[in-house]
Amino acid sequence: MEIITSILAGILFATAIYNLLQKQLLRIVIGTALLSHGAHIFILTMGKLKTGQPPILTDGVSDYTDPLPQALILTSIVISFGVTSLLLVLAYRTTKENNTDNMEQLRGKSNE
Amino acid sequence: MSNLAVLPIILPLVSAITLIFFNSKVNISRKLTQIFSVISLLVSCYIVWKVFTDGTIILETGAWVAPYGIILVMDSLASLLILTTNLVATVCAFYAPHAGLEKKESYYFYPFFFFLITGVSGAFITGDLFNLFVFFEVLLMASYGLIVLGGGKVQLRESLKYLLINLFSSMLFVTAIAFLYAVVGTVNMAQIGERVQEVEQQGILTTIGILLFFVFATKAALFPLYYWLPKSYIVPNPVISALFGALLTKVGIYSILRVFSLIFVYKLELTHELFIWVAGLSMVFGIIGALSTNNIKLIIAYNIIPAIGFILLGIGTFTIDGISGSIYYLIHDMIIKSVLFLLVGVIVYVAGTSDLRKMGGLIHYYPVLGWLLFISAFVLAGIPPFSGFIGKLLLLKGAFASGHIAIVIIGLLTSLLILYSIMKIFIYGFWGDKQMLGNLEKKSTKGLIAPVAFLLTFSVLLGVGAEFVYPHIDSIAAYILDPQIYIDSVLKE
Repeated sequence: MEIITSILAGILFATAIYNLLQKQLLRIVIGTALLSHGAHIFILTMGKLKTGQPPILTDGVSDYTDPLPQALILTSIVISFGVTSLLLVLAYRTTKENNTDNMEQLRGKSNE
Repeated sequence: MSNLAVLPIILPLVSAITLIFFNSKVNISRKLTQIFSVISLLVSCYIVWKVFTDGTIILETGAWVAPYGIILVMDSLASLLILTTNLVATVCAFYAPHAGLEKKESYYFYPFFFFLITGVSGAFITGDLFNLFVFFEVLLMASYGLIVLGGGKVQLRESLKYLLINLFSSMLFVTAIAFLYAVVGTVNMAQIGERVQEVEQQGILTTIGILLFFVFATKAALFPLYYWLPKSYIVPNPVISALFGALLTKVGIYSILRVFSLIFVYKLELTHELFIWVAGLSMVFGIIGALSTNNIKLIIAYNIIPAIGFILLGIGTFTIDGISGSIYYLIHDMIIKSVLFLLVGVIVYVAGTSDLRKMGGLIHYYPVLGWLLFISAFVLAGIPPFSGFIGKLLLLKGAFASGHIAIVIIGLLTSLLILYSIMKIFIYGFWGDKQMLGNLEKKSTKGLIAPVAFLLTFSVLLGVGAEFVYPHIDSIAAYILDPQIYIDSVLKE
């Protein structure tokens, strides 16, 4: 199971980097979203996907899944959520002010 | 009493939250900011005194024992960096009201300012790798807010790039933590150190180490990963540039110092040898950038890169001289970089341009400003009585002793070119005919010069008072070189 999720995370990383290297601004934003999905799946995988009950204390259950990676992912999700929303607003304003969403044209002059 | 360790995080956090409510009342915000930052400074002075007399303060948050809860470790190195951070912050708080921020102050400038300090302090104190990531995000989020404040065309464009590169490296950080968790099964730095020691850093661990180095090198702007820094650091207001130049990259290099002196220290010939070459290349490429431009803000921004290179060189040699040189240089550079950014802010304000070719003769109107820049150029380049000298001397001594003659020569040449790049500002900007600025009216620099001069005295004192400072730095270096002390003090077995 770990192998399958690792491959999935790898595919997510590959598509994310492909999208980050595009010229269009919105594609780059999509790339960052895919990147954070890949990273989060990685945390889940690295905590070992052994079968067990959800980490809620119940009588008569001795086998739980690892609760720590889940807490880490939850933290990381809200952080990347915040950054992504900021990024979207920033991309919107940048496009409005500079009249372009092409990263080639957002390069800037040498001395300003 | 161990609650003292959390104060550098709590105080700025409470200040930031308080200032949100006084957002529209700019005068009250200014006064409150100054009061809060002075309080933080005094508290951090007390913490330094306490740490140096009684030893490391360890706070187990929520009374959970070491590897299970989050641990805050206030050791001698962290406490000194906290003190320097608060010093720079206080100076910036007194400089900011005169810095021409205009409307930006009522758009949550001061809350962002304190959130940045919260993140930086937290990153210095924490003893937990994932918590370090969270504090990185706290300071980065605040820096996104500050860098885009004002929202000019150029500013928006450069902050977008800054945000993207940091988002990418943050996600790599998360991935690196995931890998490390899979191998050692913990995120507490002391316990990771202990478990890596048990297997003597075999197998995949060095790869994870290099991945972490890649992440921190992006934050710290080291050789192949510095391209985002120069342009994004010159777009915001000088106060914000000064805070960034003094604090952000230094958090990255501090994380490298921690991780590669505590956890990954068993394959020195691989990791630390790499550092020495990265350090050399950072110096060369950084200084080439600084020499290539006539934009005075850009000259200072490029000068961050060789300084980070010098600090990394000390970590790379991993001898007592190298590490103490690194620590000395780290503290010196935090102070002098903010001094330079603030001075350049004043120069741009009085000259009305940041292009060196359009200036000249400023010394006739602003002699104090000119001589301050002159002294800070000497401090930065490492001329003997000042603080840059001792750090650099120790670093190069360490590199020489470990047989890296080529890097020593590169380091010395870089110092010469650093001096040239700053002197260029002095020669073209300040020397010359009085007439060159004939059509420019004299502007008041009231309130701008005093904070900078105050900060610069610390740079001078750090150099002149080396007899007093050096033994402490030396003992910190000895402590850093023996990870067992850190591990034992946190895990208490």
